[in-house]
Parts: sequence; C-alpha cells; structure tokens
Amino acid sequence: MAERERSHTRPLGGVFVARSQVLSPPEVQRALTRMSHEVVERNGGIDDVVLVGLQTGGVPLARRMAEILGQIEETSLRVGCLDVAFYRDDIGLRPVLPEAVTDVPWDLTGKVVVLVDDVLFTGRTIRAALNAVNDFGRARAVQLAVMIDRGHRELPIRPDYVGKNLPTRRDEMVDVGDEGVWIGTLESR
Amino acid sequence: MKRPQHLLSISDLGTDGIAEVLRVAEAFAEVERRSVRKVPTLRGKAVATLFFEESTRTRLSFETAAKRLSADVLSLAVAGSSVKKGESLRDTVETVEAMGIDAIIIRHGSSGAPHRVAQWATRARVINAGDGWHEHPTQALLDCFTVRQVLAERKGAVPEELGIDCFAGLRVLIVGDIRHSRVARSEVLAYSALGAKVTLVAPGSLLPPSLEGWPVTVAPDFDAALGDADVVSLLRLQAERGSGSYVPSLREYTAGWGLTARRVELLGEDAIVTHPGPMVRGVEIASDVADLPRTVATQQVTNGVAVRMAILFLLLGGEWPGADRHD
Repeated sequence: MAERERSHTRPLGGVFVARSQVLSPPEVQRALTRMSHEVVERNGGIDDVVLVGLQTGGVPLARRMAEILGQIEETSLRVGCLDVAFYRDDIGLRPVLPEAVTDVPWDLTGKVVVLVDDVLFTGRTIRAALNAVNDFGRARAVQLAVMIDRGHRELPIRPDYVGKNLPTRRDEMVDVGDEGVWIGTLESR
Repeated sequence: MKRPQHLLSISDLGTDGIAEVLRVAEAFAEVERRSVRKVPTLRGKAVATLFFEESTRTRLSFETAAKRLSADVLSLAVAGSSVKKGESLRDTVETVEAMGIDAIIIRHGSSGAPHRVAQWATRARVINAGDGWHEHPTQALLDCFTVRQVLAERKGAVPEELGIDCFAGLRVLIVGDIRHSRVARSEVLAYSALGAKVTLVAPGSLLPPSLEGWPVTVAPDFDAALGDADVVSLLRLQAERGSGSYVPSLREYTAGWGLTARRVELLGEDAIVTHPGPMVRGVEIASDVADLPRTVATQQVTNGVAVRMAILFLLLGGEWPGADRHD
C-alpha cells in the first residue's frame, strides 16, 4: 500500500510534509532497471514471469518494470493489479477500503509471480497479497520487488529485489511518486 | 458523508454514500469473476437472515454475498421457528442477537419493522431487505449499479470511471404498482439522489395517495412517456398486497400498463429495461420483451451479490471514508 494512502486514513491521519529527497526520478528509473535485470538473472529469463503491482502505489512501478523487462528480453510481459483490502488482517481496526479494482485475468498456477510495491514496511500488505495470489492459482514461486525497504517488519517477510534500503523511524513517512522518493513526517491537520 | 450504522432506507446513505457503495461493489464484482469466488474479509462474523416474507433472490443473494465474504450465515425459516408459537418480533431479535450475530438482514411485511429492530439491536447492524410498502434499499442500489454497468459497457469504459456523473439528467421511468412497491420508493430516492430525473406512470389507483415531497413527476400517458425514457423500471403487481382489487382485471392492466411488444417499439434505441423480479410474464412485461438484450433482469440478479457484499463489508468491516467517528 502506498504510504500516501496510509496518510489519508486514521489513526495515522494527517498531512505528509516532505523533508528530504531519497531518490531522484532518474535514480528511481536506474533502480527499476537494475531490479529488472535481477529478475531476469534470477529466473533465467521471463518466460513464466508475471508482474503483479499492488494497488495503488505498486501498479505504476510494475508497469515500468514490465516495460524495461520487455526491452531486455525483447518480449512483452503481463502486468496484473491487485488490491488486497479484502485480505487485510486489520479490517474493523482501522479504515480499510478497496482503492482500485483488482485485475489478474489469468490463472497463476505454475507461474512465477513477482509482486511489486512501492514501500515495504510492516509486511502486512504483503501477507495479505500472498493470500490473494493463492486465490488465483498455485504459483510456482512468489517473489517480492519493492522500491523502498524501510524496515519495522512485523512478519517474517523479506523482499527479493530492493530499490533502496532506507532506515526510518516508525513515525516517519515515505512517499514514492513522479517526483522520486521522499521521506518526511505526518503532521496533524 | 453519513456513516450509517444500519441500512434501513436509501436516505441513510445520501448521494456520497450511494456513490461509495457503487464504487466498493465494483471491487466485489471482480471477485465474482474469479475462479475462486471467495475472500476472507468477514471471517469470524456472523450474519442472520430473518425473512418474515417469502423471497427467492433477495435471500439467496444476501446469503451468497455473506458466504463469499467468509461470514457465517444463519437463516431463520419463520415457518419452522418460535414465531409460529407466538414469539414477538422483539423477542426473536433479542434471541438472535444474544447468539452474537453481527448483522441482521430482515424482510418483513410491515413497513418500518427493520427500524424497530434497529432500535432494539444493541450491537448488530440491521439491513432492510424489504419492509412492507416502504423500502427495499439494496434492490435500488443494484438497479443503479446495473444501469451504470450497461452505460459503461456501451461507452467501452470501466464503470468506475463514470462515477455518478452518468446519472445526471438520466431519465428514469418507473411503471406500474407504485402504491404498493417498496422497490419504487427506494428507486425514487436513489435515482434522484444521483441526479436522475424520475417520472412515474401508473393507473391512478396504483399511485400513492400523496406524492408530496417526492422529487418526481407523473406522466399522464404511458405510450408518450416511453420515447423520453433512458431507463424503464418495471414493477410487479403486488397481488399479495391486494393490488388485484386496484385494477379491473389483469388483462386490462396489461393492455394499459404492460410493456408489450408494441410498446417496446416506442422506446429509444438505447433505452434499458429493468425489473426487480420476480417477473410475471404476460402481465407487466411481455415474454418476448423479457428476453430482449435491453432487458437486464438477469444482470441485476448477478450484480445483486456484489452490491450486497459491498453493503455487508461497509457495515461490518469497512469504514465510511470522511465520516467522523467519535468512539
């Protein structure tokens, strides 16, 4: 889940105030290129690979990775979108609403699914995504690509491809967007 | 935005609330298209259906919706319950609630029964699945959802992109037994909240005694009104509520107010025909007309599950965005 969205929901409600830039847009692009090469290297090509972006922050990143992977391997790659709201473990504890429609129009059985998200934090979104992926078939493997790993995991989940490891305080906020990656805090309204 | 505890009337939602239900329902419609049509969202919640009146699709639809969300479903068959031994509605509700039920879905022959139940319920959410002549909010919501789906399909767009703008100025014609129809009441509220222009057409005896305060116009002539309609919502003659005595005969009703093959020709090319079901072919709708592609009754049934999933989710698990919470 994009932290940008988290900022709209309570109990974390407030306004994101950017403090400093972590990655510039060209640096994000280079990170995506490197991660794409790692995907090819690790899987020996991309024949059975499908990218699934997590709504909404992961989807544009997944599309960009698919584009880069297409150039590397001279083929086109399928990109799905997944909204994990229905699988979250905090339904009823905090506002949970689907942000966008899920679109995974294939059976994932036998595929290598690369989940793509912008920020990896507690790991609970990924836990939910793993359950969701399971409902679309038995993937041969599920891998995780994130632009920022900011630590503070609450579950035994680790990424396979990382744009940048970024040590943060729990109360900080990371924003991934067209202006690159920014770290800041959430100020109450 | 309003954040209702219960869904008793369309007016509990307001325009923003209806828009939110339609948006969330779109996400659940996607679940319906999967091969594994189940999500764990409401695991551990229990939902009871209390139907004091007969129903096929509404009950099945709610139960399917709850099961797709992994909630446990208990259904009270009134015929085999203590209601027959004289237990009051209040005691029945208290018994159900004492079992830790999270939502009560109630259909009752008396208008206002769900409101009473909502007053008695201490923690359970109450959903009106049709009360007497009063309201049937989920039916109106799924009608709006279906109409938007058809409009989006024709534009080659995703329904979500249309938002609720597609309802602005939409001309909706509601035909038939408006006096006894809870669907008509909910539809009038829902469509007009979304900005549509609602027109009623019915024999004088089947119009409500007063239309004061209703945001509607009444068309004097059915045939003439057909050409101006984007959506025609047909209603069943509510024979069980005594509609039979309001019309001279079924044949005469059909001749004057049925959507016959001749009348369909008067409709605009793009007009959509909705029917909440159960259809009585040959009375309010000719059999051939019921089978036309523009008649979306089956699509309405399909969408009913997604819309009810959205309602259950919003009342039991989700949060109404922007709503103030004081707890």
